[in-house]
Parts: sequence; structure tokens; C-alpha cells
Amino acid sequence: MLIAPADTDLSSWDVLANIQMLLHYHFMQNAYLAGTLVAVAAGVIGYFMVLRDQSFAGHSLANVGFAGATGAALLGIAPIVGLFLAGLLAAVGMQSLNIAARQNRQSDIAVGAVFTASLALGFLFIHLSTAEYAANVYNVLFGNVLGISDADVRVIAWSTLLLMSVFFFIARPLFFASIDPDVAAAHGVPVRVLSFGYLVLLALEVAVAVQVVGVLLIFALLVTPAAIAQYVTTRPAVSILIAIALALLFTWVGLAVGYVTPYPVGFFITTFAFATYVLVRVGRLVRGGTINWGHRHVGGNV
Amino acid sequence: MHELSLSTLSTPVPATLSPVIQVEDAAIDLGGRTIWQKVRLAVQPGEFLAILGPNGAGKSTLLKAILGLLPLSAGTITVLGQPARRGNAAIGYVPQRRHFEADMRIRGRSIVRLGLDGGNWGLPLPFLQPHKAREASMRVQGAIDLVGAAAYADRPIGELSGGEQQRLLIAQALVTRPRILALDEPLDSLDLRNQQGVAGVIRQISRETGAAVLLVAHDVNPILPAVDRVVYVAHGQVAVGTPQEVITTETLSRLYNTPIEVLRASDGRIVVVGQAEEGID
Repeated sequence: MLIAPADTDLSSWDVLANIQMLLHYHFMQNAYLAGTLVAVAAGVIGYFMVLRDQSFAGHSLANVGFAGATGAALLGIAPIVGLFLAGLLAAVGMQSLNIAARQNRQSDIAVGAVFTASLALGFLFIHLSTAEYAANVYNVLFGNVLGISDADVRVIAWSTLLLMSVFFFIARPLFFASIDPDVAAAHGVPVRVLSFGYLVLLALEVAVAVQVVGVLLIFALLVTPAAIAQYVTTRPAVSILIAIALALLFTWVGLAVGYVTPYPVGFFITTFAFATYVLVRVGRLVRGGTINWGHRHVGGNV
Repeated sequence: MHELSLSTLSTPVPATLSPVIQVEDAAIDLGGRTIWQKVRLAVQPGEFLAILGPNGAGKSTLLKAILGLLPLSAGTITVLGQPARRGNAAIGYVPQRRHFEADMRIRGRSIVRLGLDGGNWGLPLPFLQPHKAREASMRVQGAIDLVGAAAYADRPIGELSGGEQQRLLIAQALVTRPRILALDEPLDSLDLRNQQGVAGVIRQISRETGAAVLLVAHDVNPILPAVDRVVYVAHGQVAVGTPQEVITTETLSRLYNTPIEVLRASDGRIVVVGQAEEGID
């Protein structure tokens, strides 16, 4: 990822020229295409992840993918298949654990235990595989968005299309089941089927998103934009659109900055997401402080 | 188990109306235990029923059976002429008290809207059907106005008080203009002022919409002025009748099979004394 093309001067404000330069190379076209597709789906899935209080589960699901990707490489299968299968397995595990152990703390511990075990398994797989693949472990952990092939883009495009179609179909009942499972069930919503289906969709998104941000940085695209969006608005549809917009913004700017500097794209995507999150939270803290101050003032007058 | 035919007490409701809910010799088993059996009950349109009884007696179970959420082990339940089934839009349901987490940043209006079409597949596209979208938001506004929640309907629901959340959840149940409203302990975990406020809203709804109300309650007193009949669930049996008929020393002692004393204060409040478990007050 340490690339330094000759014409990396983005200092001029000619937007069109800058975009032309960014998209001059084929690998950058692929990077932007894949990044855009992944970001759109991540915004939608992330919104529900935050709503359902499953950000830890989602992060763990991605970590389980690490074992899947390294195991697939060991067996000579495409990493994306291994990622998805491992995610699927994790989804099955989480679903049955969540139903069996009704206490939140218990299920958190169970999820943590599973994801540590799978990291260890991935570690073993790397040790067993060839030195050549072992060098690629960074790509699984942190993503390799500048090395995405045309075939990868096709897989990502089809997956995103599938994800978005399914979400268009299930978004409303899933939203209902996420915030109020009892009433949703009374309205005839298949709450448990949706809960499992959501984890499967998450596994698919994780499998494709790993190429852009890797299993360790995936939080930046899935959770952070959605968490910021829910701070900004209380309207669900608007919130999803903001989550998508933010995921796109972080990805696009991250790619551009990664292109003109010698530093990795994943670092910038994650850092921009984190910085925005901190800004929004601090902003709310300051505003909340002012409101409290006002109350005290009113109280003093009485 | 005693075989008392308490469910045949006379009722003040005219027999000419066809009942909205008909329960015939129904029984429910959960985990091998019979919760209640031989339940007979006919709910008339617009009637206000309080379901009372000690904890764990199966009050909520009765409501869930009518909603079609639990299968019967015997008998039948008919709702508006059809067998009870889940997802029946003719019943508005508010389950037992749940608090939304304080960090739930969804506005109340969106929660109310779920009652209208939250269970539908696919997404509505407002720009394709502006007329339909306008009608939907008007119905949501109507339900919000009915419970008096207009002032805070656009605030995040997690930041609202228990009473405010409860009003919005009742609005959610009302938005389909149901003919039956099923409320499971809607006054539980509210402070006294909010209890009276929410009870007032429910009474007003039952008058204005003409919906039959089935309300599970711990304490009958806040809703007593509105109650037509009580359904008293205890020890696997059910007694149905007016509060004067059912909440008596004699009937409750028979139902519990232990001496129970019912006292009536001068302001009409009812106090039940001598219950082993928690009762209606």
C-alpha cells in the first residue's frame, strides 16, 4: 500500500482535475467502486447493529472471519468464501447462545470466548500455511483496498445488490423486531427468523467489507457512522441515510488521502470515523452542559 | 382443584349484541402445568374489562391466548367471529411494561407509526403514493393526540418518562383503530400521578373509540370508575362479573380457598386483605 505515484498533487482546488487524477489508475477505480459499494451496505447494516445493541457481536463475527479467511487460504479456497462460511457458523452459534443464555452478560462472555478461540485458530492456520500467505495476514487484518481485482469488484457488486434488496424487503419488520420484539411478534413479525437472517446478512457484509478495511478495522465502517447518525437524528429513515453518507465520506476521503500520502487507507478511514465520532459526542456534551446550566439558572430565579 | 362455576355469574350486558371475544371452556398448559381451565367469557363491544388476580395466576396468559400468541390445550377462543390468531389488526396490544433504554434515540412518532404498518414487508416510497403517506401520518397524529402525547412525540423515546412512554405505546396500539384494546399492566411501575393520568387516558379512549378494553391490573382502584366487569384469575380458575359481584369476601374466599376480607373505603376504593400472595392492592 506504500504507493507514491508521480502526480499526487491534490493541493489545487480544481475538483474535476483532482477526481480525474484519483481515478487515473485502474486499481484506484476498483478501490473507489468497492469502497462505495461496501460503505453503502455498511451504513444500512450498521444502523441495525447499533439499534440491536449488537456492535460487540458484529465485531466478534468479523474476528471469527479471520479464522475463516486463513483457513480458506490453507485449503486453497477463496478467502471471501472462508470469511462468509466462518461468519455463518458464528451467526448460528450466536443465535443459539442468545436464545439459551438469556442474560446479557452470559451471552457477552460466550461471544468473547468464541471469538478469542477463533483468533487462536486463525493464528494456527497462519503458522501452518506457507510463508508467502503468512505475509498476507496484514491484508486480512487491516484490508487491502488498493489491491482489489475486477473479479473481487464483481463479487462485491453482486453481494451488495443482494444485501440491499433483502434489506429493502425486511427493513421495516426488522426495525420493529429490533426495538420491540414482543409487540412485533403480536403483529405477526417472525422475530427469531429475522434475528438470525440479520446475522447472516451481517456475515455476508463482513466477508466483502474485510477487503476494504480488514477484520480489525471493520468497526469504523459498520458501527461508527451509524452511531454518529443516531446522535444526529431520531428519525429512522434519515438516520440510515446519514449513516450511509458518513460511511461513504470516510471511505472516499480515506482513499484520497491514502493515495496522496504514503500511509495506509484503512488508517485514514478509521481515523476520520473516530474523529467525527469524538467531535459529535463532545459537541453533545457541551450542548447538554449548556442546557443543564440553563435549568440551574431558572431554578435560581424561583 | 376445586370445580367452582364462578364464570356463570350474571352480567349487566345486554345479550342482543354479538360478542367481540368469545372464550369457551378454554384451558392452557405451560410446561406441564395447567395455568387455568374451564374459562368462559364473552366480551361485548365497547365493554371495559379488568383482569385481576395474584402474580403468576395467568392474567397475562389469558391476554396472550386471546391475541393468539399461546396455543390452548382445550376449548376455543373466537375474536370477531374468527379463531384467535397472531397479527390480528383488530386488536391493539400493549404488553407488560418495558422501558426503552435511555440511549434509544428513536422519536416517539416513529414508534407509534410501527403500530400501523411496522409488520409489513418492503418499504413504502412516499413520493410514489403521497396521498397514502399523508393519510398514514394523519392517523399517527390522531392516535398521538388521543393519548395527549403531542408535546413530546418527536423527542427520543429513551429520554421520556415512564408515563410518557406508556402513552406513546398506547397510541401505537390505537393507530389501527382496533375494536379491541389489550393492555397488560399499563399502570405498573408508574408513579401515582402518572397512574391516574394514564388511567384517565384509557377511560377516555374506551368512551371515544368504542373499543372493548381488556386491562390486566394489579390494583383495580385507579380504573374502577370505568370498569364494567372484572375477570378474576386465581388458583387455576376464573370468576367473571361486576366488581360488586366478584370482589367480595365470599367470592374471593372461595376462589382462593382461604379466608379473604374485602373492605370498601368510603371513597369507593377496594382493599383486599388476607391474601397469601400479592393481590389487587
